[in-house]
Amino acid sequence: MTTDALFSISQKSKPETVTITFDGKDLTVPAGISVAAALLVGGVHEFRSSVVGRVPRAPYCMMGVCFECLVEIDGVPARQSCLVPVKEGMAVRRQIGAAHLNEGSFGEEL
Amino acid sequence: MSNAEADLVIVGSGPAGMAAACEARILGLSVVLLDEQATIGGQIYRNIESAPADRVEILGQDYLAGRSLASDFRNCGAGYLGGAVVWNVSLDGTVDYVADGRSQQLVGRNVLLASGAMERPFPISGWTLPGVMGAGAAQILLKGSGALPTAPVVLAGCGPLLYLLAWQFLRAGAKIDALVDTTAKSAYLRAARHGAGALRGWRDLMKGFKLLSTLRRHGVPVFSGSSALALEGETRVNAISFTHRGRSVRIPASLVLLHQGVVPNTQLTWSTGAAHRWDKEQLCWCPETDPWGRLGETPIYVAGDSRGIVGAQASAVQGRLAALAMGERLGITTNVARRAELQSQLTRYTHLRPFLNALYRPADENRIPQDASVVVCRCEEVTAGQIRSYVELGCLGPNQTKAFGRCGMGPCQGRLCGLTVTETIAQARGAAPDDVGYYRIRAPIKPVLLGDFVP
Amino acid sequence: MSNQQLTVVGGGLVGGAIAYGAARAGMRVRLLDQGDVAFRASRGNFGLVWVSSKGGNLPRYARWSRDAAKMWPALHKELLELTGVDSGLQQPGGFWLGFSDAEVKARAALLEKIDRAVGDVPFQMMEPSELRQHLPGIGPAVVGGSFGPFDGHANPLMLLHGLYAGLRHKGADVITGVDVADIRYDADSRQFEAVASDGQSWKSERLVLAAGLGNARLAPQVGLHAPVTSTRGQVLITERLKPFLNYPTNKVRQTREGSVQIGSTSEDVGLNDGTTPEKIEWLARRAVATFPALAQARLVRAWGALRPLTPDGYPIYQASTSCPGAYVATCHSGVSLAAAHSFVIGPWMCGLSEAPPNFDVFKGDRFLDPTASFSHDH
Repeated sequence: MTTDALFSISQKSKPETVTITFDGKDLTVPAGISVAAALLVGGVHEFRSSVVGRVPRAPYCMMGVCFECLVEIDGVPARQSCLVPVKEGMAVRRQIGAAHLNEGSFGEEL
Repeated sequence: MSNAEADLVIVGSGPAGMAAACEARILGLSVVLLDEQATIGGQIYRNIESAPADRVEILGQDYLAGRSLASDFRNCGAGYLGGAVVWNVSLDGTVDYVADGRSQQLVGRNVLLASGAMERPFPISGWTLPGVMGAGAAQILLKGSGALPTAPVVLAGCGPLLYLLAWQFLRAGAKIDALVDTTAKSAYLRAARHGAGALRGWRDLMKGFKLLSTLRRHGVPVFSGSSALALEGETRVNAISFTHRGRSVRIPASLVLLHQGVVPNTQLTWSTGAAHRWDKEQLCWCPETDPWGRLGETPIYVAGDSRGIVGAQASAVQGRLAALAMGERLGITTNVARRAELQSQLTRYTHLRPFLNALYRPADENRIPQDASVVVCRCEEVTAGQIRSYVELGCLGPNQTKAFGRCGMGPCQGRLCGLTVTETIAQARGAAPDDVGYYRIRAPIKPVLLGDFVP
Repeated sequence: MSNQQLTVVGGGLVGGAIAYGAARAGMRVRLLDQGDVAFRASRGNFGLVWVSSKGGNLPRYARWSRDAAKMWPALHKELLELTGVDSGLQQPGGFWLGFSDAEVKARAALLEKIDRAVGDVPFQMMEPSELRQHLPGIGPAVVGGSFGPFDGHANPLMLLHGLYAGLRHKGADVITGVDVADIRYDADSRQFEAVASDGQSWKSERLVLAAGLGNARLAPQVGLHAPVTSTRGQVLITERLKPFLNYPTNKVRQTREGSVQIGSTSEDVGLNDGTTPEKIEWLARRAVATFPALAQARLVRAWGALRPLTPDGYPIYQASTSCPGAYVATCHSGVSLAAAHSFVIGPWMCGLSEAPPNFDVFKGDRFLDPTASFSHDH
């Protein structure tokens, strides 16, 4: 955990941890918390760039109402990270602008 | 409803929902409760079942009180679906929700909406910057993860939750750089006019004063009666500025927690087409219901903070009263003594409301941005100035301003901009909020993946 | 320059476009519109600027649609330059997609019939492999389609916004929150008086009724017949997505903002503009069958709008003979026809030009023929 993180979780109780990646970088965070919480304690300040103005945004309400905490989780874009529990090996990426539809489903001829 | 699967379907596992479930089960009704979160407790009792002892200690007695309710709920025999996102409630008692990647339906002879409250938006300059969050958000981080601010934090706004959080932070050893209190000086006088309520409320007020002196003892500067709040920064917040006793003050901060009360989460009630009235004391919309919470002639009831802000204890009682009324509709004669007992509890728990509403009334300037560049709709980045320009073009209400400027069309579906838009238009037109109206809210009240509709 | 006053009743896409057309032609214009929660068909318009398959039973309508599409770029440019509002017009051509061979055959026959009757309404039938070159994501459920080079789409709400801003620029009066209950005509002074339910009233020498569903009640008051009923269209809209669909199709289109619009139903439900889970599900499944990748897109809004429909589905444009100076205008395709409404209908209904040629087919009186029967293909 970086000292730059806005929030931190006390190490006293020696919480179980998981390792996820954020934009490819490893982050070790406590288990059993939301992805949004994990990113905040992991030192992430900007979760996404907004759709209209491409300005940096980060969580505001932490309860699923504001839709600011949108990130890509394991290839699925624009997920509300405050509502998703963190899991070992999750690949999280900053959400840049609007969500995209995954290429893999395009032009597939069956 | 011939194909109803339960006597009562409840949306929301906060105090109102859990209490209603317990009471309905005592009556012998079949109950299913759904909640979007994976754990029960709603917001106020978030994580109540698994919070460690030291965290419960920090959070205080009011939080601890949720434990027995949660335990009663678990043992009452109600069905529980966690991680179920309700996206529609129909007037015939059908509840559409998404769980396990599929859209599914549940039909109740009665439906109880207990979606609780959310923080009132705080549309001031810079409020969309990373590092600016609601005080409730910080409390969720504390309750759900045991997380505390790393660096000294600035709290700004007004209302019991803000002071409670400050108190919790101090107990946990987190540092507070300042509390910028926007409660107007005149608010104390206005509140005191509430007679007997004020007398009872005096105790709470004293508690508040005690907290403020506790803060001062910890060396936390408290700036009472602050105005002209603005947040500075380019890619993240780096300072808060405001006016205090005529002087401009600027405090560097990388985390600012804003709060000016909570408001009912009315997405579901609006989506049913129910009438809502603008509550002039709480400055928000409340669904119109009968005394037990029923929406019109429908099988849908509302209980708890989503019906009007009443607090956790009153919410639980409303849930129980609604359960009795719904039982009555299903032919179970109400135990009059029980109902009377609950009603007197409700009176006790809501006695303070007018006093609290008056005391912690959020300032006009913090609800209706005068600065044209302040973002009102965060999702679509529509400013106060743009909204006022649509009014000049002839827009009379939020649905027209939405049509002209996309304000309210984003994923939050107007949750964070709705109140601001109604009041901004009302002010620009010189009209009452009741005449201006609110967004036409429709299903889906939460986004649903199209693939969830495909079997 | 006329010193006559025109009142347009109804500030939706039709009234707005006609009013704008009148104002730009130099007329003194006043537009009367209802409040924030009126039925507002304009908000339910899918946004297509469409020519293909229009007028299968009425070649004049096919021609009118085609002409309107050709005039659209000029309206878009003018509004953008005058007001800064971008109506979002894009005319890359558009697709109709079919899910059965029978459907595709019927489509080909219809388009062939129209092109033969009208001329200059070209189309191209395509097999899935060719469709896929233009619409890379279409699913295996699509068995064929047609392409119309004149087809396109725009943003109905931005168009309305632009028209309102344009009206303001041209000095027109836009009066909102008005529920017009009655129209009175004084034959001596040759003046119309539009009277609102709250008692306010406005006098003018000319009058256009463009009140959508309200036309049915108001038209007879000026000697006209406009039997408009409603059809409910439910439409889904997704979150904004990165661009992936370069052409509009008749049921799915990606807007300039990135959201995907999925439509629509056509239901006879009276004045109920709600949405239903059944139709939402149906529309969602059809969208995913059309473009399987849409399974990953999130539905953020659904709406039902009451759209005005005449018994044969074709517009009504008529000048009153008993009350000269009064007109009625109603149509189902307020976006497709917007430019024609501004540039042609507006000046006509101001008395500044003749009616467009062969326009008698659009008279509302056609529905008074006791021997005729009507059906529409909506």
